Amino acid sequence: MSTVVRIPTILRTYTGGAAEVPGEGATLREVLAKLDADYPGIGARILDESGKIRRFVNVYVGDEDVRFADGLDTATPTGSQISVIPAVAGG
Amino acid sequence: MALANPAVQPAAAVAPFGSAVGLSCRECGQTYDLGPSYACLECFGPLEVSYDFGGVSREAIEAGPANIWRYRDLLPVPADVADKPNLAPGWTRLVRARNLGKELGLRSLHVKDDSGNPTHSFKDRVVAIALEAARTFGYTTLSCSSTGNLAGAVTAAAARAGLRACVFIPADLEQAKIVMASVYGGDLVGIEGSYDEVNRFCSELIGDPLGEGWGFVNVNLRTYYAEGSKTLAYEIAEQLGWRLPDQIVIPVASGSQLTKIDKGFRELIKLGLVEEKPYRIFAAQAAGCAPVSSAYKAGHEVVQPVRPDTIAKSLAIGNPADGPYVLDIVRRTGGAVEDVTDAEVVDAMRLLARTEGIFAETAGGVTVGVLRKLTEAGVLDPDAETVVLNTGDGLKTLDAVAEFARPTAVIRPSVDAFRAAFDDRG
Repeated sequence: MSTVVRIPTILRTYTGGAAEVPGEGATLREVLAKLDADYPGIGARILDESGKIRRFVNVYVGDEDVRFADGLDTATPTGSQISVIPAVAGG
Repeated sequence: MALANPAVQPAAAVAPFGSAVGLSCRECGQTYDLGPSYACLECFGPLEVSYDFGGVSREAIEAGPANIWRYRDLLPVPADVADKPNLAPGWTRLVRARNLGKELGLRSLHVKDDSGNPTHSFKDRVVAIALEAARTFGYTTLSCSSTGNLAGAVTAAAARAGLRACVFIPADLEQAKIVMASVYGGDLVGIEGSYDEVNRFCSELIGDPLGEGWGFVNVNLRTYYAEGSKTLAYEIAEQLGWRLPDQIVIPVASGSQLTKIDKGFRELIKLGLVEEKPYRIFAAQAAGCAPVSSAYKAGHEVVQPVRPDTIAKSLAIGNPADGPYVLDIVRRTGGAVEDVTDAEVVDAMRLLARTEGIFAETAGGVTVGVLRKLTEAGVLDPDAETVVLNTGDGLKTLDAVAEFARPTAVIRPSVDAFRAAFDDRG
């Protein structure tokens, strides 16, 4: 499925400065795999060594924090916007 | 090797960050130069300010001003910070709470009452540090995501400093917090959503050209901002006569304050300003937003986010950034995390007001409620020196107690009417 991935400032070195890049995949896991194929190294910034979303990264599909949905198995329908955001904020 | 940070302004005559020497990632240890960075480029972990403290004496601190700048040598601020336009917060009272202690069965209880700050919450401490960093980085707009207290602290600090303010809050906040945040000028924007959604919005705004030149005190300035909470630890120790309490109960929203109070205590020990001794840190949450308490009770090391539903709106952060560190610290020091229901929060607010003449906001009801719960459960040592934090003013959360706080009687201005009303009461 064709999606849009919003890239946080600290990862834009991987995307040549782009704040948004096209994504592809039926689930978040697939979208992130394709993202890493397109921009090598970016996946390891978002996922830890065991393949889980790093604990200081929040990922949203649309408005939904994927931890309230199905995590990496969250569906990413065509047209959905995926946002990767540093969790260290607030309070 | 420290990674360079190109956004730092050229060095000023006075070191802009005092004895601070760099930033380091709390997760992976990667080091960075002092700059407007808040998340590690390697792992997204939070960055911490590290210092190279010279000799700091009790006497030098005691000779300083009656505000947080007496601790300027322990903070990432310039030596002349007290001369700059800021709200000069802190040095709030540490109240010996004999009545409350007696009622709960605690021999030596103190309330650190931070409602006495310029905008009536502890947030003035953290904003004061963030403001100095904003000046150094050349930011012209001061901003934040806020559960209420922070918005007022930011707009007030910006007014004093001559900066523009634009702050973001959940649109459904208490009226008093909305008034407090808007009266100082600047822009106050209500977001239709929860605090966590406001936070997410601000994190995205930082990466947008619209947010260019903005210092979000609790996002891109959070590394510096958070250090302000260390001053609570310093003040408590100094006010106890330069010693650490045996046990302390601290509210948890993002968890930042608790982690920095622990950091402050450890620094005081390291600097020889207090005697080294064990202390236990207890964390307090509202049952309607208790992700850290739930993780603690389940024995987890990670915190599963929740959707908040509590009257303690200043603590209503469902996705607490420092939650894992709160768990680490509580477990390391032999403390605990506990939560109380909204009814217990209100009851505790009334208890504190009735026994000590301190009108706390709902967050203070949470800490006092947890203090009571942990005492009754035998978790807190009744003979130990105990401190409980009140971080805000009850005048900002009047609705919580309005149902119970009404005139005893409304009468005509006559003694007979008074007699009749009070005779009826028996």
